[in-house]
Amino acid sequence: MNTLSVKDLHVKINESHILHGVSFEVPTNKVTALLGRNGVGKSTTLRSIMGFYPGTGSVQLNGVEILGKPTYKIVQSGAAFVPEDREIFSSLTVKENLSLAARGKNNEKAYESVYGLFPELDTRAQQLAGSLSGGQQQMVAIARALLNKNEILLVDEPTKGLAPKLVTEVADVLARVAHETTMLLVEQNLALVKRVAEHVIVMDQGRVIFQGGPENLSDAAWVHQMLGVSGGHK
Amino acid sequence: MDTFILIGITGIGLGALYFLIASGLSLIYGLMGVLNFAHGSFLTVGAFVGFWVASKMGAETSMPEFILAMIVGGLAAGLFALLIEQLLITRLYERHIDQALVTVGVSLVVGALLGGWFGNDLRMFPTPLWFLTAIDVGGAKIPADRVVYIATALLLLVGNWALLKFTRIGLVIRAGVENRNMVNALGINVKKAFSTVFFLGGFAAGVGGVLVSVYSNGVSPLIAGSYLIYGFIVVVIGGMGSVPGSFLAAMLIGIIRQFANYYVTGLGDFVVVILLAGVLLIKPQGLLGKVKA
Repeated sequence: MNTLSVKDLHVKINESHILHGVSFEVPTNKVTALLGRNGVGKSTTLRSIMGFYPGTGSVQLNGVEILGKPTYKIVQSGAAFVPEDREIFSSLTVKENLSLAARGKNNEKAYESVYGLFPELDTRAQQLAGSLSGGQQQMVAIARALLNKNEILLVDEPTKGLAPKLVTEVADVLARVAHETTMLLVEQNLALVKRVAEHVIVMDQGRVIFQGGPENLSDAAWVHQMLGVSGGHK
Repeated sequence: MDTFILIGITGIGLGALYFLIASGLSLIYGLMGVLNFAHGSFLTVGAFVGFWVASKMGAETSMPEFILAMIVGGLAAGLFALLIEQLLITRLYERHIDQALVTVGVSLVVGALLGGWFGNDLRMFPTPLWFLTAIDVGGAKIPADRVVYIATALLLLVGNWALLKFTRIGLVIRAGVENRNMVNALGINVKKAFSTVFFLGGFAAGVGGVLVSVYSNGVSPLIAGSYLIYGFIVVVIGGMGSVPGSFLAAMLIGIIRQFANYYVTGLGDFVVVILLAGVLLIKPQGLLGKVKA
């Protein structure tokens, strides 16, 4: 069973053809890693699914077409997004950032759950989000997405720019969340991908060139050929 | 000393008028990225509707009647702003040149229609007789109407602050000023906030229109001109999207302009332009503006 189904997705931005017929499935209750070299269209794919860029083809969430819908409706239908640069609201407090994201009327349990994952956000609830460290801002970005019941979580490079200790913390959280939700994860950190991903998609030049299990991530030659990096042996 | 006080307070009164116009302009640009040249027409519509209501009361009005005229003028301008937003602006988001052309067009059409209907001559705005009196502040005789301008601007500032700080729509507006795409990505239809901001901006401009008519000794389709320009200057100096920034900048400009004009007639506009250039060079995001994400 698949939660998300992308078929023949083409996206042009300012006359540049970025995605050339991207097709893949995201299985339900599994973490799917979307991998590839820099600039191959991974973030554009996520943003196109979220409705930031117009495209042609088909994107179905639980069998319902969402391509062409406004972003807020896609989110309301159950897709949560954690963007690459966190995009928290720096002039709002941590609590305001969270309450903006919370859609239900009675969110006490959701807040409890989020504060359970990130106790630091509870103690810093009244602090301006802009004054938080990069790692804490990432916690806010992930917490916003987890406040609502989602069908799928789209997470774009959650460990980018974080110190090694924080990478481990974020990885721990993603591993915990992975048990409860379907996730499409764009990530350059292969160690993290190997830890959480159960399904792997590799992109190159705006196209999907591989879909399958994560076993190949342990094959150094495959990793070097597909992703242009070493690390398969780790 | 009394001259100093007189110029200072009349400067604050003038700044209050600028703030009433600039607060809406600032939020509209900050949240929606719309450079709204039709804002002057909101002011004019508010002034004429307020004038129509006040005229029904007679050649002079009581204070409650004047306040009623001001509120009705503000509401009419707010509804007119909402109409323009729904009919035209919603079709032109992210199309900045088209927005500028259309909003300039609206302002020309409204001016021409009102001019054709009422003529361009000033018509005396019926005000309470109390407006013609003076209040003694530290020996300076302050025209009483200035107090009304200042009180109205302060009320609007507090009302704006309370709305932005304590309501859900205020939270959405504050977040949207920073990053409207991310507001959408949280499942919120940010366009509802756009409409709210257009209505509030129109309301403030309409109230400002009534007060500008009193300050200018009458209502006319041409009253908005220089106030709109000053409104834009206030927005740039205060910071796009920052209502407190607009308040600070409006007061600064009102006071500096009055003092400059007192010491050298006609120097006020020049000094304000120098101030604008200085802010653009040293702090391009404005006094309290933030660099956009």
